[in-house]
Amino acid sequence: MAPCARALTGENDVKEIQMSQRLIQARDVMQSLPHAQSLGMIVTETAEGSATITMPYDPRLIGDPATGVLHGGAISALMDTASGAAVMCHPSAPAATATLDLRIDYMRPATPGQAITARAICHHVTRTVAFVRVTATDADESRPVAMGTGTFTLERPLP
Amino acid sequence: MTRKPPEPVEVVKSRREAALARLVAGVPYIGFLGARFDRRGDELTAVLPFHPSLIGNPAIPALHGGATAAFLEVAAIIELAWSNLWQDMEEGRIDPSAEAFPALPKTITFTVDYLRSGLPRDAYARATVTRSGRRFATVQVEAWQDNRAKPFAQATAHFLMPEL
Repeated sequence: MAPCARALTGENDVKEIQMSQRLIQARDVMQSLPHAQSLGMIVTETAEGSATITMPYDPRLIGDPATGVLHGGAISALMDTASGAAVMCHPSAPAATATLDLRIDYMRPATPGQAITARAICHHVTRTVAFVRVTATDADESRPVAMGTGTFTLERPLP
Repeated sequence: MTRKPPEPVEVVKSRREAALARLVAGVPYIGFLGARFDRRGDELTAVLPFHPSLIGNPAIPALHGGATAAFLEVAAIIELAWSNLWQDMEEGRIDPSAEAFPALPKTITFTVDYLRSGLPRDAYARATVTRSGRRFATVQVEAWQDNRAKPFAQATAHFLMPEL
């Protein structure tokens, strides 16, 4: 028997494959959301309970033409999407999620011309609620543009 | 003593509309969202006409939480900038056609609560400046769709005011 075929039979391996299938599914679902698409979002990474989404710089999303800085609303939308994706990637396999609240601190203006990347971690879930931390950076990853915390509803899959 | 005659209503209206249009046109992102502002006197109502690109969850379908947040933030920032320039505008110290226009406040924190899912319909928002200081301002904003008494989202934002 080929090593890879043997690997598929173990119970943990089956779980792992289910998990990676779910991560791919979550990535595809988040990427297909109309509003995420209109903002040009690309899901670059999904892992257990975390997701990374990038949004390219686009002049239509400018908040202040004098400086070319992106509007906070576009960054909020990116951070909200990344947070929802992180919830969907949680090992508890939620069927669906919706934002309950999201608080975002804007620490500095995003550098014009640079893509924004949001990394979200779903660090805790209860039966009905998921808790998320999210950070947005531009090319200078050592100085976040914005940080947020959110709570999300968690719809459990039907038994 | 002679009293200054009241300004003709057309003059007052066109001055206010021009200042508001200039303010809104100064934020390209408002155009991207497709939002506009209705004005009655100094009262502004932000309007977000429904568009399929605002959908977040196609299954329900529901507005994207990010689109809702962005709409609330835009409503808050325009209300604050508008109330801030009102006095100067009314006293003729601001020229909407001038090159330089007052800078917009900067968002420091933005906290949004989602109360119910946003339907695939037009949305409206009204913001209130709860505190306006020299350096900081606080704005509350509420968005609704079919029923004014049933908001679907609300937010509180703190802003850094532009240096004078």
